[in-house]
Amino acid sequence: MSSLVTKVRLKQIEQLLEKGKRLDDRGLLDTREIKIEQGLIERAEGSARVFLGKTEVLVGVKVSTGEPFPDTPNDGVLTVNAELVPVASPNFEPGPPDENSVELARVVDRGIRESKCIDTEKLCIEPGKKVFVVFVDVYVLNHDGNLIDASALAAMAALMNTKMPNYEIKDGELKIKQGYTPLPVKSHPITVTTGKINNHLIVDPWLEEEQVMDSRITFATKEDGTICAIQKGGSGYFTPQQILEASKIALDKAVELRKKLDW
Amino acid sequence: MPTFFEKKQLVTPGEMLAEGDYLPGENTYVEANKIYASRIGLVDSDNKKVNVVALRAFYMPKMGDIVIGTVIEVGFNGWTVNIKAPYTAMLRASDVLSRPFKPQNDELSQVLTAGDLIVAKIATFDRAHDPQLTVGEPGLGKITRGQILHVTPTKIPRIIGRKGSMISMIKQETNCQIILGLNGVILVTGKTLEEEELAISVIRKIEEESHTSGLTDRITQLLKEKKVVKVEENVNE
Amino acid sequence: MNEKPEKLIDKKGIRLDGRKADELRPVKLQVGVLSHADGSAYIEHGKNKILAAAFGPREVHPKHLMQPDRMVLKVRYHMAPFSVQERKSPAPSRREVELSKVIKESLEPALFLELYPRTGVDVFVEVLQADGGTRCAAITAAALAIADSGVPMRDLVVGCAAGKIDDTVVLDLYDAEDKLGAADVPVAYMPSLNAITLLQMDGILQPAEFEKAVNMAVEGCKKIYEMQKEALKTKYMVVKEVEE
Repeated sequence: MSSLVTKVRLKQIEQLLEKGKRLDDRGLLDTREIKIEQGLIERAEGSARVFLGKTEVLVGVKVSTGEPFPDTPNDGVLTVNAELVPVASPNFEPGPPDENSVELARVVDRGIRESKCIDTEKLCIEPGKKVFVVFVDVYVLNHDGNLIDASALAAMAALMNTKMPNYEIKDGELKIKQGYTPLPVKSHPITVTTGKINNHLIVDPWLEEEQVMDSRITFATKEDGTICAIQKGGSGYFTPQQILEASKIALDKAVELRKKLDW
Repeated sequence: MPTFFEKKQLVTPGEMLAEGDYLPGENTYVEANKIYASRIGLVDSDNKKVNVVALRAFYMPKMGDIVIGTVIEVGFNGWTVNIKAPYTAMLRASDVLSRPFKPQNDELSQVLTAGDLIVAKIATFDRAHDPQLTVGEPGLGKITRGQILHVTPTKIPRIIGRKGSMISMIKQETNCQIILGLNGVILVTGKTLEEEELAISVIRKIEEESHTSGLTDRITQLLKEKKVVKVEENVNE
Repeated sequence: MNEKPEKLIDKKGIRLDGRKADELRPVKLQVGVLSHADGSAYIEHGKNKILAAAFGPREVHPKHLMQPDRMVLKVRYHMAPFSVQERKSPAPSRREVELSKVIKESLEPALFLELYPRTGVDVFVEVLQADGGTRCAAITAAALAIADSGVPMRDLVVGCAAGKIDDTVVLDLYDAEDKLGAADVPVAYMPSLNAITLLQMDGILQPAEFEKAVNMAVEGCKKIYEMQKEALKTKYMVVKEVEE
């Protein structure tokens, strides 16, 4: 985004921040309204759509069978992919994933993987040979800022909605049976991103704020108050004090969101 | 209000040089009332101004600078010239032809073509637009003979010397014409290859030892020795 | 990969490679190792062997990436196929794409991007051998390469990780600790400005452990920073020595 356009905006945003306010009337540490719908894509084994203010992310989960990784023969496989769909923003272009979508997918993946919220051992069909493979596809449908938090939330909501096909093994052959079992979700990591504009920390930056902010820092945290993934982004920096402050904000926000979402 | 350096101390980017009542000079910047170095170089102060003489830098075009560049492309109304800067320069056809350029009559590549070297002056430059060159002054234009050498642009002032003393000495003692492009490109033209080589070796020595004391004396000495050798050689013939 | 050892750190606080909890691996730095790059550096950080080269400021390619009001920094972090146990495909992986981005964003705060509009600086990082913590070592080398190219900088950027093995927070994880440990926290830092320019984490940490890890990594960065300055001065010292 051209910073030529945003210089005036930056001034306006700065002046508001000095007074503890934001362009969209939020307080510095308020998140936008969250709406979650689950199971809207019938063809997928799991799905969810999340609105974070005007940001909209759809996640579909497909489950199939495949081989486990050689170093984890008893674990199912989980992969996260993200598409910045051109309908979401005039700045998104069709084509292979760019660094932004790769980063988005990997940060969402890290939150899920490191929190061990999916019991991957329960996805094992035959150790070393056959496991369930869970594909989490993040589809950004409207980009109004903070894609990381919206996508992480949508991915979790979709996984909680995911069913695995029942199966049996007959004569060494895998047979899919009638009915489904829910995906074993053990915990619910919550991802909170804090942006920095001129030494002000703001939670859940939306598009206009993202265009002028120096940098962002994302924390994924678990129910027990531990941190399971972090990612700093943007071309600015944080002081160590600001980092710690942002981690506290993220932990507090996660408690608040858990209560709201009943996760 | 303190400074944190000794004169001519070697400093790296990010090293704090002074705090408080000082002015940031070349290759420094201010953050929270402190002056820091922004390039590797030798720090010095001039009254209240703290400077770093960079040991490594690239050429940034400035209006009025004489540069030596290579034509890299013949366009439809001028030439693109590499002047070893972050920006490529343009030389307009009308500047060279000193009359309006007529595409139906004028074949630009017959005037200057890719690979040609030119001595030119920066006519206009701001960071929003590429530099425009001019060759419409005596001494500027296409280079037809001589030898080219490249030095770090930050060394050019040392080769020039105080009030041009160094360069005029080299010119006089080697009988060479020397054009110093401020972009670090130097053209040496002499009557013989030997003269050119002597001039080049002297310039190389200045580049290597540019920030040492007594350099002028050593260069004077070197020039004299070399000349003596040559005279003797001539006698032997 | 060998079987996981029972303990990564023993009762006396000694790690598998003999280091104490807050001890760095040996670091060796060299500036100006490539003749055709505008700036270059080589780092050996433990068994990591990484080469970094900087080119520019110059015209931006492809042209549409050019910015009218600032310089564009492009970074490519790339691992040689032979740098790891199992041959790595030379095609860029998603991990390399992400690391290229975060390394770029760790270096950008050090540059005066607005001073050189419409230009670009390219930094190429080649990991010749990897032993854990390559992104941090890459940042240390890349910052030196940029300084060596003569592009003005606010400070050198230095990378160092901390993490958790067994129940202990430790400095500078090597490959086995990274793979078998509980958490890894890579950090990049500009000491003069007390600025953290890269921070990532995977694994699980209590908030108190996280705080300790960040502080430990920052201390590690400060130590490497001294070596970084020394390495840069060593290349340019030659010029100064003649004076004596």
